[in-house]
Amino acid sequence: MLELHLPWLELCIVTPLVGALLVWRKRDPEVAWKRALTFTGITLLFAFCAWEDFGTLHTFDAHDHWDAVSQWLGDDAIVIDELSAPLLPLAALLFFLITLATPRTKIRRFPFVSTLVSLSMLMAMLTCRQPWGVIGLLAAQTLPPFLELRARSRSTRAFTLHMLLFLGLLSAGWAMIDAEGPKSEHSYLAIGMLMAAVLIRSGVAPLHCWMTDLFENATFGTALLFVTPMAGAYAAVRLVLPIAPDWALHGIALFSLFTAVYAAGMSLIQREARRFFCYLFLSNSSLVLVGLEVATPVSLTGGLCVWLSVGMSLAGLGLTMRAVEARTGRISLADYQGLYEHMPSLAAFFLLTGLASIGFPGTVGFVGVELLVDGAIGISPYVGMLVVFAAALNGIAILHAYFRLFTGTQHTTLISLEARWPEKVVVLLLTALILGGGLHPQPGVTSRYHAATEIISRREESSNPSRNDHALISESTEHLTSPSHFLGK
Amino acid sequence: MSTETMFFVLGVAVVTSPAALVAVLGIPPLLGRRLTEQTMNRYTYASTVIGLLASIAILAIMLIADTRFVPIELGNWVVIPQQHFHFHLKFVFDRLSVPFVILSFLLCGVVGAFTSRYLHREPGYGRFYVSYSFFTLGMIITSLAGTIEVLFLGWELVGLSSALLVAFFHERPTPVRNGIRVWSVYRLADAAFLVAAVAMHHLTGAGDFSSLMGSGHWPAGQAVLTSHQALLVGLLLLTAAAGKSALVPFSGWLPRAMEGPTPSSAIFYGALSVHLGAFLLLRISPILELSFALSATVVAIGLITAAYASITARVQTDIKCALAFASLTQVGIIVAEIGLGFRYIALIHIIGHASLRTLQLLRAPTLLHDYHTLENAIGGHLETETSFLGRLVPAPLRDWFYRFALERGYLDSLLDECVVHPFRRIFQWCDARERSWTDWLSGGQSRASDEVKSHSEIVEELRL
Repeated sequence: MLELHLPWLELCIVTPLVGALLVWRKRDPEVAWKRALTFTGITLLFAFCAWEDFGTLHTFDAHDHWDAVSQWLGDDAIVIDELSAPLLPLAALLFFLITLATPRTKIRRFPFVSTLVSLSMLMAMLTCRQPWGVIGLLAAQTLPPFLELRARSRSTRAFTLHMLLFLGLLSAGWAMIDAEGPKSEHSYLAIGMLMAAVLIRSGVAPLHCWMTDLFENATFGTALLFVTPMAGAYAAVRLVLPIAPDWALHGIALFSLFTAVYAAGMSLIQREARRFFCYLFLSNSSLVLVGLEVATPVSLTGGLCVWLSVGMSLAGLGLTMRAVEARTGRISLADYQGLYEHMPSLAAFFLLTGLASIGFPGTVGFVGVELLVDGAIGISPYVGMLVVFAAALNGIAILHAYFRLFTGTQHTTLISLEARWPEKVVVLLLTALILGGGLHPQPGVTSRYHAATEIISRREESSNPSRNDHALISESTEHLTSPSHFLGK
Repeated sequence: MSTETMFFVLGVAVVTSPAALVAVLGIPPLLGRRLTEQTMNRYTYASTVIGLLASIAILAIMLIADTRFVPIELGNWVVIPQQHFHFHLKFVFDRLSVPFVILSFLLCGVVGAFTSRYLHREPGYGRFYVSYSFFTLGMIITSLAGTIEVLFLGWELVGLSSALLVAFFHERPTPVRNGIRVWSVYRLADAAFLVAAVAMHHLTGAGDFSSLMGSGHWPAGQAVLTSHQALLVGLLLLTAAAGKSALVPFSGWLPRAMEGPTPSSAIFYGALSVHLGAFLLLRISPILELSFALSATVVAIGLITAAYASITARVQTDIKCALAFASLTQVGIIVAEIGLGFRYIALIHIIGHASLRTLQLLRAPTLLHDYHTLENAIGGHLETETSFLGRLVPAPLRDWFYRFALERGYLDSLLDECVVHPFRRIFQWCDARERSWTDWLSGGQSRASDEVKSHSEIVEELRL
């Protein structure tokens, strides 16, 4: 395996930890915020360098330079590959932007230390391909939100029960897979447990209530950071996709499809903004899972593209809502709030990010959604129609929320409610990414297609090691994309 | 300069002029800069005039060179060669798109000029022009689209700008509610469009209209689908067209859309947007020929819409709604013409009707003044007569028709009772079950959001 030119991956993991140490016990919140911002920014820079460096190697995966960890933990402990390469800067960007946009009124309460630790764990998870390493890091990531809920004296039971169930099923399932050894067909029980674990972590209905509970009781920032990197989807790709038989993948896809429609419907009737956001996110992340688990080259490419676009756009939407919340308190959607005249740029950004998340033309999500629908229709026209239906409901929900927040009777204020400079930076940066990715989508799609074909190739390899993988890809691709396969022709 | 190069340069100018308008009007507000009215007008006029002149120049060159079909290839926007997936950016100038694009620029220009005075010093002046620029871009892209994906792109832009302009006077709840209603219908109809686009991709291997229509150019093309496939794709596209053109059963949103400012009502529901469904049917008219059932459905929907709108228009008490239903009557007839295969008649009908209706809608705010002028001139009140058909209908039936028209065919009530309310009830029930479940898990009240007031105290204090 090739190596990166510098140890970017280790730097990505260590930098936020150093930042956490420096922020720890810092009493001045302003200094803590500045340090947290600096270290998340440096991590973002390293993650971006890792992506760029990896791009120059023209390979599917690469080790870190001077990889010290591999000697102790094995070959796949710190690796960058086509799947994780863009996810690293995306995750770092989310943390950087959320730290940057934290309003002054909140910096006294915002948990910067645990945010930096979470970033380090997330970076470690995204660079880890060892199953037990991924499981351990998924487990560790549940601690910061849990501790925050406790610190806020909120009930942790819903969150804890779901996470314990998730981790229990994941560990037991993988332990059984390990015990069964490498073979083409694993036991139903083991696969079933892995499936259930992924479904819980992804918030698939009816096992999604931990997510609504988290948005209700944790700070908006923490909830956003825990869910937007879509660790459940990552676990699905790393742990389930390579070994699961078709029935298991189709099962996950069906549950996800149901959730996509259900959550889209639920987002339409919510009377409070955080819950609306939570269901909107659930619906979109479930669509990502549909694309991933349908597991054809086109749908997988679509799923991976939508993963990036949804991560970016819904993080932007969440940040906008957080900025509005910082000015008015928790936001009701039961009536019209009339905020447009006070924050026109935030209103425009809300609309832009919301529309980007549903794949509106000209935004980063457009091609991804089109690929996803294309792949889904390839499997069954009904699946494709449900995907489109869920996206349509999400579109209605977004405009509905936009109208509720920004239209209605205007009011005058003595103080300006307009976006502050950090929020403007966030708005402009994400706008550039959303529109840039929408107007020039080819590099992103090419990169995601490479990742998709490699994932499928590894899956074929693990299910039938004796056959030539390239022959398998072309065979499966030909079968799945032939026009006669579609629409029952 | 060769003819091909001239076509390319002019074609790109036609598409980029409204795109540039979107950029110059849309980006400054994001940066916190407000443009003056004069600046916005200048940009709008420049963009419209450049686009219009370029499209007229293309028409002139096409006539001189005796060319009926000019494709402008901008290459693949996205391509995955191994999967035969490509998103082809292609615009075509042909006998359908050239008249439509010239009409779009002309009417958008007229309405742009009218609005600069009509909305002078309105707080939402800039907001109007941003939406207007998106609409113009959407119309031009839709008119010139050479592939179904490009058409979808423009189609969506028109839908979004339409919903935002219906809710333009957003301090009042009614326009906003109507805006969301319009958007909801559009989204569901657009879902059908997207499925049709992907299905077409699978069936023909491309979304290109040229490959779909075989060898000939519009209107002489012959589609390469089987009758069964044509029916499937055609019905999906008909649903999309019905949503956009407010055909039955989606007609309920049309009078609601009149809540927007008069210029946007004129350009959307009198002139261009309301004809977009008919335009789509014209574009795919070779598909209609392949299936008798599909053509018959198109004719039936067109006639039902015309009859419905004609009856309903008679009892409207405000001029914009009356004009909206009058528009719909003509759109219904146009759709029936398309179903019957009269493509040129339908195209001419669209152009004539759009121009007339724009004039009528732009004159609507001064209707009372116009009536007074007329009555002063003739020295008495204008006569109102029962129509010939009206006299033929027996009195009880006339009452029934009156109620039917007054309730706008019960279409909105039907939609509410059969779709909206059951949908809401089901999901509210699910929400209640979720609440019980999380309350049980948490051992108490689990929702902090229950305590959120419908208006924040901070905001309430500051309310006027």
